[in-house]
Amino acid sequence: MRMIVPISAGGLRRVFSRWDAIAIVLVLGLLAFLAEASRHVLEPLAELQRQPVTLDLGNLPEYAARTTLRMLVAMALSLLFTFTYATLAAKNRRAERLLVPLLDILQSVPILGFISITVVFFMSLAPGRVLGAEFAAIFAIFTSQAWNMAFSFYQSLRTVPTELTEASRNFRLSPWMSFWRLDVPFAMPQLIWNMMMSMSGSWFFVVASESISVGKTTITLPGVGSYIALAIERHNLHAVLWAIITMLIVILIYDQVLFRPLVAYADRFRFEQEPGVLPPRSWVLDVLRRSPLVDRVTRPFGSLWRRSMVPHHNGMAVAKPPAEKQHGWITFQWIAIVVALAALGLLQVVRFVTHDISLADVANAFMLGLATLIRIVVLIAIASATWVPIGVWVGTRPRVAELVQPVAQFLAAFPANLLFPIAVSGIVALKLDPNIWLSPLMILGTQWYILFNVVAGAAAIPAELRAAGANFRVRGWLWWRRIALPAVLPYYVTGAITASGGSWNASIVAEVASWGNERLEAFGLGAYIARETEAGDFSHIVLGIAVMSLFVVLINRLFWRPLYLLAERKFRLG
Amino acid sequence: MSSALLDIHALRQTFPRADGGDLLVLDGIELTLNQGQIVGLLGRTGSGKSTLLRSIAGLMPASAGTITYLGQPVIGPAPGIAMVFQGFALFPWLTVLENVQLGLEALGLPEAEIRKRALAAIDLIGLDGYESAYPRELSGGMRQRVGFARALVVHPNILLMDEPFSALDVLTAETLRTDFLELWADGKLPIKGVILVTHNIEEAVLMCDRILLFSSNPGRIICEITVDLTQPRNRLDPRFHDLVEKIYAAMTARIAMPTRIGTATGPIATSISTILPRVSANLLSGLLETLAAEPFSGKADLPVIADELHLEGDDLFPVSDALQLLHFVEVEGGDIKLTDTGKQFVEAETDGRKKIFQRQLLAYVPLAAHIRRVLQERANHEASKHRFFDELEDHMSTEDAEQTLRSVTAWGRYAEAFAYDDDSQTFSLENPT
Repeated sequence: MRMIVPISAGGLRRVFSRWDAIAIVLVLGLLAFLAEASRHVLEPLAELQRQPVTLDLGNLPEYAARTTLRMLVAMALSLLFTFTYATLAAKNRRAERLLVPLLDILQSVPILGFISITVVFFMSLAPGRVLGAEFAAIFAIFTSQAWNMAFSFYQSLRTVPTELTEASRNFRLSPWMSFWRLDVPFAMPQLIWNMMMSMSGSWFFVVASESISVGKTTITLPGVGSYIALAIERHNLHAVLWAIITMLIVILIYDQVLFRPLVAYADRFRFEQEPGVLPPRSWVLDVLRRSPLVDRVTRPFGSLWRRSMVPHHNGMAVAKPPAEKQHGWITFQWIAIVVALAALGLLQVVRFVTHDISLADVANAFMLGLATLIRIVVLIAIASATWVPIGVWVGTRPRVAELVQPVAQFLAAFPANLLFPIAVSGIVALKLDPNIWLSPLMILGTQWYILFNVVAGAAAIPAELRAAGANFRVRGWLWWRRIALPAVLPYYVTGAITASGGSWNASIVAEVASWGNERLEAFGLGAYIARETEAGDFSHIVLGIAVMSLFVVLINRLFWRPLYLLAERKFRLG
Repeated sequence: MSSALLDIHALRQTFPRADGGDLLVLDGIELTLNQGQIVGLLGRTGSGKSTLLRSIAGLMPASAGTITYLGQPVIGPAPGIAMVFQGFALFPWLTVLENVQLGLEALGLPEAEIRKRALAAIDLIGLDGYESAYPRELSGGMRQRVGFARALVVHPNILLMDEPFSALDVLTAETLRTDFLELWADGKLPIKGVILVTHNIEEAVLMCDRILLFSSNPGRIICEITVDLTQPRNRLDPRFHDLVEKIYAAMTARIAMPTRIGTATGPIATSISTILPRVSANLLSGLLETLAAEPFSGKADLPVIADELHLEGDDLFPVSDALQLLHFVEVEGGDIKLTDTGKQFVEAETDGRKKIFQRQLLAYVPLAAHIRRVLQERANHEASKHRFFDELEDHMSTEDAEQTLRSVTAWGRYAEAFAYDDDSQTFSLENPT
């Protein structure tokens, strides 16, 4: 019934339409890409040494394919994690108590520092094969994608309208069925938006994760990240530029082939339709939808999928144990287990850390943390002062906003660490102070969140409010103070939280930068973690990461969250 | 000849309260639904009638008592009990047809039969031509038709309706009611019994064979009214009007009795823990003015003045409750009468009104007097909202506490009895100067 007859066919049902042709090309292309990119995975590790990464331009397409595949596999794993972890957290109150704070902490841990630790573990899973190194790289990328997706899904599940949940229970949908028919569709628009953010964010990690050091040996997986690392080592600016261009093309392709269609498809799951906003479109989705062949091929799968949701029992509902009261004993056991595990973990950490960490080390890490904190505060302030006025200006002009919004989103997707080599060569050439001039790199990629959130906020100011302002001749500073700034505050805070969190993570890469033999280091916690990682000093890595996580969590809880609640309560329009 | 579809015995529902105790929502409910009957559950907000409906649907387990459906205890969503929701509860990403098919898919029927039955239900309910539309493309009335089709397509024995017409405009609601009653009378609906939750007295009299009247906090059945007018019923029929009057009287009679502890002083006894209705001072003076003016001249029939003020169903009750609480009116036997204080209020100018309102508020709303006393006792004349909120929460649900505090704040502001600053969430005696 939902099959759309192609209008181009003029009502005739042709056996084979041009949409079919395009669809076949798309599908075959995807298969070829997967085959090509995964061909080397099962080869022994020695193969990597035999065919080292080179700066040959001809290799770039293959490297790009393999990098993209890693990111896609990590994305699939992130989805799997999201569907299980977040669902458990949302549906089971006992699990929720532990899982949600855990996720919050995981989100704040700068995973960049952890790569060297996880590598050892994954290499042991597939000894002597490329697969192990691949696992490690994919895991690193996964950790950069999964948390915010899981959070978004959890929050969506918690806000499914009660009546819909009741309706699905009343019509006796099985849990499996209501998960796919209610929960997932409801969460879809928000989840896809987070998937896009995750994908953008993970480029940052690709560069770090493809070139892995295990003890004394360095394994370099073929990919864009390794290519860039090599280019930096060889001082080759041309190669860096080519890598950037390649990455731009890759981003453009997966945006068109993967995310645009998803966004366009997910639009129907949007619960509230804003009037006057055109639904997003995607040519790829149009092709797939209009092709009768695709419809015929996918239909049996659709039927099979629906069949999988059919319940196995049809009698009266099985009695569910009511309330938690009966579970007092189980709850107690559960708490006991969690506390025991936590104690064990604490013991482990203390033993691990006290072994060779002194109080002076801890104090030092805190000092470094403060230095990085000051840097981030200053940077966020500068970025806000720059982008808030611009964002408001853009947002109140719909035509400009239409042009600027996609550009801002693209800039956010662009991994800023690719520009580091260029910046470093500049700093070295001009003999600037790295303590100051390395700092902007931290916010290079994250400042865009402030911009496009403010643009969205300004665009959401109701026309009537603006008209009222104009009517009472509210202008200049008064206009900013009374109308523009309060209206965009909730949006701004959302953007600033993302920007500040991202900047902490980025500090690990941004406070230390090298260009060939030149090496710049700033005084800060990020540089500390990076240095200890290179030295392979695990206990100091853990210390650095713990201190950084503490800073992030404290700042979120003490500053951003209250500010967000205030902005939500006071200034949210409508 | 009638056999019971549903039997409810000594049902009790409690919700956990913030302080760890239990809040009693429903108590001592006895109900039997026989074949071929429409039973109405009529009561004001907070009477637990929706809770009862959800208990029947198996969406919440009973705290005590039994619900028996066709001889079996209801312990979860049962086959053959389908529900129509107040907010439609349609899946926005499914088309009309897909929404209607959903319940059948859950039954695991073959695809061809699902299709056939869904189309038949759509046809029956007058949705032909809208099969491929998404809910957002439909008007409210059409959406609720989908809600009906979705419930009917599973051929339930019992149809539960949770204020199905209250989200619709008056005209659309009337059309839908009439259509439903016609199909029901003609035996075209594949259902055996209906339970309708409503707060609209006329709707209950128009549709139901039996009406159960609920009291509030906790919800108890206070009386049962049998409606033996023949269908289709005529609103202009004097017997129809009499029934509506009678129910109005029965529903207002309850307020005259204290719902909570406290000795009766005057017509209503209240304590700090009385739940205050959410009514603006504007609406209060509006009703007083209408009541004082011609043609009422100080005394009116409740249904008539409700009509005059365009207040639907029980929307009048919170207003009359509040006025009664403040001793501006007396309500008795379905009539509302202005008191002397009420007259003084209407005749006074803005400032005079505020003075009278303040006097009444502090005299008859213990919570307002309590807040004012606390503020006076304190050196800085300030107190946080939470101080009072926590106090209220010991006696009522969080929502009721929130509502009560909001009402007393609004009244206190109008009376200039105290001020409230939402940013700092504090009450104070100071008004901004």
